[in-house]
Amino acid sequence: MSIEQFEIQLIAAVVAAACALPGVFLVLRRMAMISDAISHTVLLGIVGGFLIAGDLDNPLLIVGAAFVGVLTVVLVEVLNKTRLVKQDAAIGLVFPALFSLAVILISIYARNVHLDEHTVFQGDLLFAPFDRFVIGGVDLGPRTLVIMSVILLLNISLISLFFKELKLTTFDPGLAAALGFAPAAINYGLVTLVSVTAVGAFDAVGSILVVALMIIPATTAYLLTDNLKLMMGLAVLFGAVSGVGGYWFARLIDTNISAAIVAVLGMVFTLTFIFAPERGMVSLARRRKRQKWEFARDMLLVHLLNHKGEPDEDYENRIHNLVEHFRWEPDFAEKVVRYCENYGLIVRRNAHLYLTGEGLALAENKEI
Amino acid sequence: MNTPPLALQVTDLTLAYAEKPVLWDIDLDVPSGVLMAIVGPNGAGKTTLIKSVLGLLKPAAGRVSIYGKAVDTQRHRIGYVPQRGSVDWDFPTSVLDVVMMGRYGKLGWLKRPRKEDRDLALAALKKVEMDNYAARQISQLSGGQQQRVFLARALVQDADIYFMDEPFQGVDAVTERAIIQILRDLRESGKTVIAVHHDLQTVPEYFDWVMLLNVKRIASGPVTDVFTDKNLRRAYGGRVGFLAQQSHETGELTPPTNT
Repeated sequence: MSIEQFEIQLIAAVVAAACALPGVFLVLRRMAMISDAISHTVLLGIVGGFLIAGDLDNPLLIVGAAFVGVLTVVLVEVLNKTRLVKQDAAIGLVFPALFSLAVILISIYARNVHLDEHTVFQGDLLFAPFDRFVIGGVDLGPRTLVIMSVILLLNISLISLFFKELKLTTFDPGLAAALGFAPAAINYGLVTLVSVTAVGAFDAVGSILVVALMIIPATTAYLLTDNLKLMMGLAVLFGAVSGVGGYWFARLIDTNISAAIVAVLGMVFTLTFIFAPERGMVSLARRRKRQKWEFARDMLLVHLLNHKGEPDEDYENRIHNLVEHFRWEPDFAEKVVRYCENYGLIVRRNAHLYLTGEGLALAENKEI
Repeated sequence: MNTPPLALQVTDLTLAYAEKPVLWDIDLDVPSGVLMAIVGPNGAGKTTLIKSVLGLLKPAAGRVSIYGKAVDTQRHRIGYVPQRGSVDWDFPTSVLDVVMMGRYGKLGWLKRPRKEDRDLALAALKKVEMDNYAARQISQLSGGQQQRVFLARALVQDADIYFMDEPFQGVDAVTERAIIQILRDLRESGKTVIAVHHDLQTVPEYFDWVMLLNVKRIASGPVTDVFTDKNLRRAYGGRVGFLAQQSHETGELTPPTNT
């Protein structure tokens, strides 16, 4: 593996980790689509910063991006508050407007600069190692890697510093406000963090991957844990692993690295969605099936108990009566009886059904 | 002798969504140490009143003071139990962790909860008989259990005045009795509790103070004085006909459940 190849993977992993952290809170706050909006509108901040500063390496670009990110959310909220436009529609109105403004500004004032729409959408990780960050003649590594490492550290420190506040304002903004924790300020702080992360990341990997890296790892982790800290850890892990995996997948099928990373993220999510131990489709289906049998079992046992020792016991507690009484298919009735026999809850003598001691105990427990 | 300041004093509070007034010129004095119900029909502004008192909504006019001072300076003395349905119970966190959130106000910005906060949270869970559920994920709780957890969270706030938005909403009978016992204990220890309440029938039994609200303040004061047929009729309009049956001796009302 060449040093460039290693650097590309490192960049992918660092970008993914940096995006996953604020992504967790976006997902929990039901603001996933906001990341889509911000990852596009930050372009306007970049263009604005560029037009003022005159070059693409100026910190003013990040300030501009953070400003436009917050502006995006403010505009969406203002539109939403008029009650004339719903929130999802407001996002759909605001971000194309700001984004197209950015594209027009680029085509008029910055035609010759490395800021084309193609890069904005897809990014180009392949060339990232060739743009070095050099200070006083010392090569600190690829520019993107240095910037994203700083942003990753910023995200880690701010989110751990304000973890308690973020958690409370996300879970219960009402209580947060009552306790004096300024949920609105926390919200704009988070939005600023998302914007700064987006502008750093999108230079390297493009806006579509920024959305994917913020939302997919968090959503995947959400399916696997009930612990917020663990959810953040898992999201970072999934993001980083998919970043590296995506690089190799892109080499394998010779495609754009960003697209390959999204594809790997999608696969990780799909596998989790199907096989997650508690909330996956498979375990849900299994649980439903088990519940169906347990419910049928309880119905049968309680029925046998209700007619036990009654004059009509002889008639009621026969297997053929279940077909009539519960309107079960004969096949199903037979299966339920066998299920109960297997667990030693009932015994069958000449088509008569009797509760065992164990079955009786369970039936009495179920009967309320 | 000095009279102690009122636990809650609201003057001329008015709040409107667009041009529709939701709260109109509310004056309210609540003395310290009472257990007060806010009752009124749907849309009367009960939740809005609590939220504007706490500063979560911005009123068009009016003043609110808690123990004689502005709300913002008294936040450490205020406990709040929002409606159970106002939060996402699928949030990835445990019962104990939710209760600990009640300590955040005392901790202030940036400080992390410590062992003593944890111990307080566990003690509060024991009080609401939920200590066996401390490690449980909150999505696995029933409605009554969720309400108990919220109550435990309010208890660790260690406040002097509590605002509770429908603490009995959707809970089973056992939980309801447990909750009212805790509210009485709070009052016994000199705290003030103000709760939005929906079941008119239990008002005289559970509460000693009541406010009848329907956009305007219809009446407020001791239950024995103001929880009358006449006031209920004014608060609930024509619908009170089937609600109220005058009881013989006291003039108190024992109306059936307001649904």
